[in-house]
Amino acid sequence: MEASGGVVTPGTGVREGEKEREEARVVARQGPRRNWVRPLFMWIAVVFICIFCLFPFYWLINVSLKTGSDLSSSDIFPPNPTLDNYSSIFKNDNFTSALKNSVIITTVTTILALIVGSFAAYALARLRFKRKFLILALILSISTFPAIAIAAPIFKLWTDIGLYDTRIGLIIPYLTFALPLAIYILTSFFKEIPKELEEAALVDGATYFQAFRKVVLPLAAPGLVTAGLLTAFFVWNEFLLAVTLTSSPDAFTVPVSVANFTGSQKFEVPLGTISAASVVITVPLVLAVIIFQKRIVAGMTAGAVKG
Amino acid sequence: MEAATARLGRGRKKRGKTYGSEERRLAALLLTPAMAVIALVAAYPIGYAVWLSLTEYSVRVPGKWRFAGFENYADAFGSSEFWSAVKNTFIFTGVSVTLELAIGLGMAIAMHEAFRGRGLLRTVVLVPWAVLTVVSAITWRTLFEPNLGLAPQLLEGVGIGENIVWLGQEGYAMAVMILADVWKTAPFMALLLLAGLQVIPDDVYDAAKVDGATTWQRFRRITIPLLMPAILVALIFRTLDALRIFDLPYVLTGGSNGTTTLSLIAHQELTTNRLIGYGSALSVLTFVIVMAVSFIYIRTVGGNIKSLAEEG
Repeated sequence: MEASGGVVTPGTGVREGEKEREEARVVARQGPRRNWVRPLFMWIAVVFICIFCLFPFYWLINVSLKTGSDLSSSDIFPPNPTLDNYSSIFKNDNFTSALKNSVIITTVTTILALIVGSFAAYALARLRFKRKFLILALILSISTFPAIAIAAPIFKLWTDIGLYDTRIGLIIPYLTFALPLAIYILTSFFKEIPKELEEAALVDGATYFQAFRKVVLPLAAPGLVTAGLLTAFFVWNEFLLAVTLTSSPDAFTVPVSVANFTGSQKFEVPLGTISAASVVITVPLVLAVIIFQKRIVAGMTAGAVKG
Repeated sequence: MEAATARLGRGRKKRGKTYGSEERRLAALLLTPAMAVIALVAAYPIGYAVWLSLTEYSVRVPGKWRFAGFENYADAFGSSEFWSAVKNTFIFTGVSVTLELAIGLGMAIAMHEAFRGRGLLRTVVLVPWAVLTVVSAITWRTLFEPNLGLAPQLLEGVGIGENIVWLGQEGYAMAVMILADVWKTAPFMALLLLAGLQVIPDDVYDAAKVDGATTWQRFRRITIPLLMPAILVALIFRTLDALRIFDLPYVLTGGSNGTTTLSLIAHQELTTNRLIGYGSALSVLTFVIVMAVSFIYIRTVGGNIKSLAEEG
């Protein structure tokens, strides 16, 4: 499942890449033309991929460094780069309180999802009981729920019981949507831990809980990191429920506050400040991707490619 | 293994095929919190939404309502707004998912070939995925803004859309929305497909090469069939997401110029127009459409779920 670059081909002991290169050499001997055509195409594709993926984000940074009349010219480099937009958004109380809300909501939801999710995942991966398939299918189908379908009822319910426009009012539905993902990833990670280790602990007189806490959890740490990252990404990004269930800076999250920048003045949109705010809320995610690339890819593909 | 089973066996009541009661009780205990949260915030609200969709709440008198039967649904089916949202949602889904598959597959193959720097390339590809949807919408908005944006000039250079305000014109606005979605999610598709490519054993290709198969034949007869399971899962994954699209049109155009989608009109009726019954009916219809696709999805990954549910 871990899709790493260093797959060793059984028997030969040659790394995939080296083997391919060797084949390229064989092909090269057959005809002089193919020698460079394939690598050339590959490098063109690689350059294209890099531009396609990175340019738009670079563009956003570029716009965020422009002010005044520079914002009506399409220069690729800001003629008079300035950090004014950044200093202005950090003076904006709506934005700073949204940042605080998002950090709190994301942290709490992620921790809760990991605790509740790892309990459920342990039961699903290890214990024997009936209707396991049904429970897994049910959990997975929840992750495909369109958020709009529960927006109206939760809006009404939260208004009635006073959870509307609060952080808890967002944490609860987020937990519901984050749990299926966390459970699915954790179950597949738990299943990969050799059962014998736990059984040895059980034979030595450990309880299920001790076996879980002392044997499974430490070994499942990479799975927890993966599930935690994907949960945090989801919560940080979520927009529909956030915009439906909040109405003031008390509970606005960052996507809502950035989108509100856009909505406030219909004809003169402060694109420079919006871009700066967008960069600020995206940078943590980009850093996470750079640091945890392998873990994130493992989590993305955990449910999709196995079996 | 046997020793452990024997130990567990001590506390087990022998009742037909039932498992150790200690084990079952623990499983129930561990699953309850998760299932409770899911039931509270997914199952119950869905039921409530169906009920709300059969009622009509007064816009003027707060709290006053009446039972409306299927009137809200009849209204929806009779309104051009609903049908244009359905049309837009399906056009958006069909075109963007197709493009994402084509581009994602190309990217996956290039990444598979690029044995040097594959890790770096994967990080690069993850950047659009990490960008928030709202931010991606803002980015593409600034790229297509009349004076500030670079894209209209570049496209005019190759003769596309001269003197066009892209986001202000039907068709063109949808094109920008699709482009923004393809940018953000084609890389996700590429990573899923790359993982699929990496499990295809090299020997299969070697054997085909020995038999004289051309590159195209190898792609057509080996890569595509063996990659099919990964392609299917990625397609359904993306289709489910695209059918629910909300943030992108909300920020990009506010749903104007032929970009309104099912989730967006339902949301507008609920919040802007305060039509709780009608808005709920639209939400339920969206739910039904998405769940139909979701059913196919669960069927497709059924094998995966089964392998997770299996013991051992």
